[in-house]
Amino acid sequence: MATLTLLGAINHTLEQQMEKDKSVVVFGEDAGFEGGVFRVTAGLQKKFGKDRVFDTPIAEAGIIGAGVGMAINGLRPVAEIQFSGFMFPGYNQIAMHMARMRNRSRGKYSVPMVLRMPYGGGVRALEHHSESLETLFAHIPGLKLVIPSTPYDAKGLLTAAIKDNDPVIYFEPKKIYRAFKQEVPEEEYTVEIGKARVVQEGSDVTVVSWGAMMRDTLKAIESLKDEGISVEVIDLRTIAPMDSETVVESVKKTGRFLVVHEAVKTLGIGAELISRVNEGAFFHLEAQPVRLTSPDITVPLPKGEHHHIVDQKRIAQAIKKLANFE
Amino acid sequence: MFFEKYDPLKEEMFAVLDKDGKVINKDEEPDIDDETLLKMYRTMVLARVADVKALQFQRQGRMLTFAPVQGQEACQIGPMAASDTKDWLVPAFREAAAMLYKGVTLEQSYLYWYGNERGSQFDEGVNVLPVNVPIGSQVNHAAGIAYASKILEKGESVFTYIGDGGTSHGEFHEGVNFGAVYDVPMITIIQNNQYAISTPRAQATKAKTLAQKAIAYGIPGIQVDGNDVLAMYRVAQEALKRARNGEGPTLIEAFTYRLGPHTTSDDPSIYRSDEEVEEWKTKDPLIRFRKYLSNKKLWNQEKEDKLQEEMKQYVIKTFKKVEKTGQYGPDDVFDFNYETMPKDLKKQKEDYLAYLKESEGE
Repeated sequence: MATLTLLGAINHTLEQQMEKDKSVVVFGEDAGFEGGVFRVTAGLQKKFGKDRVFDTPIAEAGIIGAGVGMAINGLRPVAEIQFSGFMFPGYNQIAMHMARMRNRSRGKYSVPMVLRMPYGGGVRALEHHSESLETLFAHIPGLKLVIPSTPYDAKGLLTAAIKDNDPVIYFEPKKIYRAFKQEVPEEEYTVEIGKARVVQEGSDVTVVSWGAMMRDTLKAIESLKDEGISVEVIDLRTIAPMDSETVVESVKKTGRFLVVHEAVKTLGIGAELISRVNEGAFFHLEAQPVRLTSPDITVPLPKGEHHHIVDQKRIAQAIKKLANFE
Repeated sequence: MFFEKYDPLKEEMFAVLDKDGKVINKDEEPDIDDETLLKMYRTMVLARVADVKALQFQRQGRMLTFAPVQGQEACQIGPMAASDTKDWLVPAFREAAAMLYKGVTLEQSYLYWYGNERGSQFDEGVNVLPVNVPIGSQVNHAAGIAYASKILEKGESVFTYIGDGGTSHGEFHEGVNFGAVYDVPMITIIQNNQYAISTPRAQATKAKTLAQKAIAYGIPGIQVDGNDVLAMYRVAQEALKRARNGEGPTLIEAFTYRLGPHTTSDDPSIYRSDEEVEEWKTKDPLIRFRKYLSNKKLWNQEKEDKLQEEMKQYVIKTFKKVEKTGQYGPDDVFDFNYETMPKDLKKQKEDYLAYLKESEGE
């Protein structure tokens, strides 16, 4: 057992998987010698050599497209896009090939590849460095998308992603890379892709979130502890394929549903979750489902970020309102 | 050194045969055994006949849109004949001839253009990627496959094809550059067939040749007479030598012409003259190679007539089979998106199957 940050857990997992499986390779812009701009891959090149851990030209389509080729020919590439906002030049490869090669070839070729991307705001970064683009991946058949919110899940989900024979997008909530530590078992384990986690059971309101927002959500609930509201909290963990069952079962119990996310509102993952709650728990609802999201605006520069991302206070207010709705 | 003899900046084009099939570059005439020469020719004829017939089937409403290969058979058959079985082919979408040579069956090729993904499920040991539609994106796959071959020490080299139009694409740059940086065993063949649909080559780049783009990547680039199958074979041999020796990628510009339309939806008479097409017909790669084989006493009119008839019958028989087997069931739609179908998708499939059952006989 080691006590690790989320970032540390990712680094540890990459090292463990590279040790266990010679076909795992790690690459991206500055991911080799320097260990990435966030140092997620620090130390790996020194340990595993330049063939298996390397810097690439600054070319996202090249990184992802070459990764697809490597995966087809026997490697398990774990590629890094430096910030998710920069994945657009590579989106062609993600949508056209990574997601489709299995279907196109009727299973002759698969793409066992992990595409890691730090995502989300709250780190006072430049333009294009703070996006939450879950929907753009969840909307594409053939892709899986996971987002850990704890060091434990960071390891379990990454291990599962590397072992998966299909492509997995692995979003890293960079705001909480080093926010807190948690005990992480040394031995290998997986967290099932497609399975949400009930963080805490409750009977009045169901709140679903993921990634960095999970932390604000939990703090909000903590701030409400004297209000006598019993909140069931679910960490979605996998965005695609979505575990609607866990969410729907919870709402059947509570009758009230709130989803909190950092991405913009329209066609966000919250919209999909509410649709599924409506389909699965319509007659159990005691209040209209609520989305607490960023507004439909371009991510502002750092001075405006606090207007963009919902905070603990707003989450607490929304939970209270929902719980008291009659 | 082979590549240094032909300067792409001076438009020095490598060729072995003239348009009458005479050897004009004796030193570089590749030493190919008779059996292979005949296999090359047979496959060129098969690709041609399959193309001409598919065009007829398409006009009859029996075949869907496809990208004819006519005129470009030599750029494809030469390099594939020079390759080993284990070497990869990463095609764009006009490489039916190359795919056939590498072991894709005519039935699969037809099945794909007929509208069924099963046509891209190639046999075990056939290292060919499916047809790639998004322009230029296949070059990055080739770079990655070659990278894997290199670090896993598989000894496979990788051929990828792109058109003159495709070289405008950013992914062409990214892929060739990636390959060059890591010295991977990768050979990029640009089939310069003079047009990107209707846009002439001169509108795509100010560069005099496409081969000269190699200079910027620090790899050899060479312009080759793409209608000369022996030149294409020979240049591929040299590129393979580099690839296998760990010397890295090579860029080959095959100077050729698309005799047919871009796809069956295209009308080339809008953007090119009959005179131009007629002129290129005199440089037909099949005629030239046939003359070469005749000069070697490997071919004659009687053999030609017999082969044409044999291929015609084979192609018709294969297409009729595809018309029977090419239909699509619900499983084909749902079952190949993931290794293990997600729960929600399973439910969607069940709902659809239930609907089909319910509406049966309606």
